[in-house]
Amino acid sequence: MSLALSVSALRKTYGSVTALHGVDLEVDEGELFGLLGPNGAGKSTLVKSACGLVRPTGGTVEVAGAPAGSERANRSMGYLAELFRFPEWCRADELLELHQRLAGSRGGASERSALLEEVGLADAAGRRVGAMSKGMQQRLGLAQALIGSPRLLLLDEPTSALDPAGRRLVRALLERLRERGVAVLLNSHLLSEVELVCDRVAIIAAGRVVAAGSPDDLSHAGGVEVETGAGVRVFARASRDEAPRIVAELVGAGEAVYGVRVLRSSLEDAYLEAVEGT
Amino acid sequence: MSLDHVRAIAGFALRESLRRRVFVVVAVLTVAFLVLYGLGAWQAFQEVDEGFGDDDLGGVEPQTVAGATFLGLAMFGTLFLGTILAVFLTLGAARGDAESGLLQPLLVRPVGRATYLVARFAGAAAICAAYVTVVFVAAAIITRVAGDWWPDRIVGPALGLAAAVALLAAVALAGSVFLASTANGIAVFMVFGAGLVAGLLGQIGEALSSDTLNTVADVSTWALPFEALYQDALAGLTADTVGFTKLAIDLGPFGGAQDAGPLLWLWVVGYLGLVCVIAARAFARRDL
Ligand SMILES: Nc1ncnc2c1ncn2[C@@H]1O[C@H](COP(=O)(O)OP(=O)(O)OP(=O)(O)O)[C@@H](O)[C@H]1O
Ligand SMILES: [Mg+2]
Repeated sequence: MSLALSVSALRKTYGSVTALHGVDLEVDEGELFGLLGPNGAGKSTLVKSACGLVRPTGGTVEVAGAPAGSERANRSMGYLAELFRFPEWCRADELLELHQRLAGSRGGASERSALLEEVGLADAAGRRVGAMSKGMQQRLGLAQALIGSPRLLLLDEPTSALDPAGRRLVRALLERLRERGVAVLLNSHLLSEVELVCDRVAIIAAGRVVAAGSPDDLSHAGGVEVETGAGVRVFARASRDEAPRIVAELVGAGEAVYGVRVLRSSLEDAYLEAVEGT
Repeated sequence: MSLDHVRAIAGFALRESLRRRVFVVVAVLTVAFLVLYGLGAWQAFQEVDEGFGDDDLGGVEPQTVAGATFLGLAMFGTLFLGTILAVFLTLGAARGDAESGLLQPLLVRPVGRATYLVARFAGAAAICAAYVTVVFVAAAIITRVAGDWWPDRIVGPALGLAAAVALLAAVALAGSVFLASTANGIAVFMVFGAGLVAGLLGQIGEALSSDTLNTVADVSTWALPFEALYQDALAGLTADTVGFTKLAIDLGPFGGAQDAGPLLWLWVVGYLGLVCVIAARAFARRDL
């Protein structure tokens, strides 16, 4: 399988600050890849290196086999920045039209309306960016990133301003993209989100990859806490999946169950463990 | 460099100015400027008529002196307004827009960084050049109506003004690669002021026959060629005027102007190229 994104020995220093200390990472075609890490870990720097906005100090980054920042690399890529702004005076449809023109997309009005529909902005095509809420702008940013049917999507915290329904919409969108064979690199602080959709995850801390693998590989049980008539009982090794069985067994044994709590998301444990000590 | 990208981005910048009512504000204030100018010119010509009539003042033609001085003033005003427009259309194009997050989505499309700069320059230069040309020609027509005086040259000075504001747009755009918007705006206006001072120094130097002052003025004029263009344009107003009339104009605040010859235009083109190359190279290395 060919690679949508290949990062090897990537180093980046900003003056005296080293943001990335030799990062290796590969995203396969059609793979949903999650990038986790604390604030300042270097996630955005990595993504920006992949779109040619930041010049690596060392190492290489390739997008679909072409050097990052080259025209061929960028043509096959869509990007939503962590901190972006669209001109306030510009209407949603107009903005997408500009990006279509710049990207050389021939999708026309049908592509624009399909994308707005996909991000839940079907009714806002004529609305000015300045009259949109932050979450609506983020949705528009997603639509913009999808222009020209990119093979690789780089999303830097795409749901930070979205309401729960918006987050679910993005999850569904990411799953549809995977079906279409689009690779996605997703930066997020929302572990549950990453756990739900990503095929693979890398945890990066202080500029180094400290753990990588599928969410299942990385996670281990965090325990399940059940409030029964006899008091609170903790099943320390149990995972979230086991909660229904535990409850069924307790009920079967004649216990009254008043509440169930899955203790910390298991990926969260793995994350905190990996990130501690850095 | 993709021409379609240049057109798309320059067109988008133009649409922004339209949509944000930049042009409405500029048009209203420009009309106010021209009305004020018309009033002043009309009044001045009246005074000249009443004061001197057709008296012989030792070969000095008062109408010509008044006309050239007044249109010179209009030219200064036009250059100043055109500079404001040029600076505000470009002062945040690179760093300012990158800091606010407007730039990244465009560049990733991919729009080459040099292409982006060229597009922003083309958009701003076209607007400012058209603006100063219209205002200058309007002022000349007003002068004609108010005092029945027409400059010796009109096309050359208009082109000079247009080139001067285009040059200032390029300087402001290049500045936007290195400086944040506010700092860049301040810097470009200071450079503009320095150029004007250099021009005045040259004028004083000429009057005093001071070689040192003349050298300082020459060097600064070449370093900041928009000033040389302005001087050249001023000189064009009375290119065919001779004798004591010319002398009287030269002694005024908008005289003393020297035409610089064809070498100036060559230097303007070279200067523009140099500014563009420096800006593009620095911008290419920037982390955004
Ligand atoms: N333009 C810059 N100039 C100097 N230092 C920078 C610059 N951009 C990032 N850094 C530094 O590089 C490091 C990595 O920053 P980066 O933005 O990649 O982190 P991040 O993982 O995306 O964090 P967050 O989760 O907060 O978005 C930080 O120490 C940051 O201070
Ligand atoms: Mg970040």
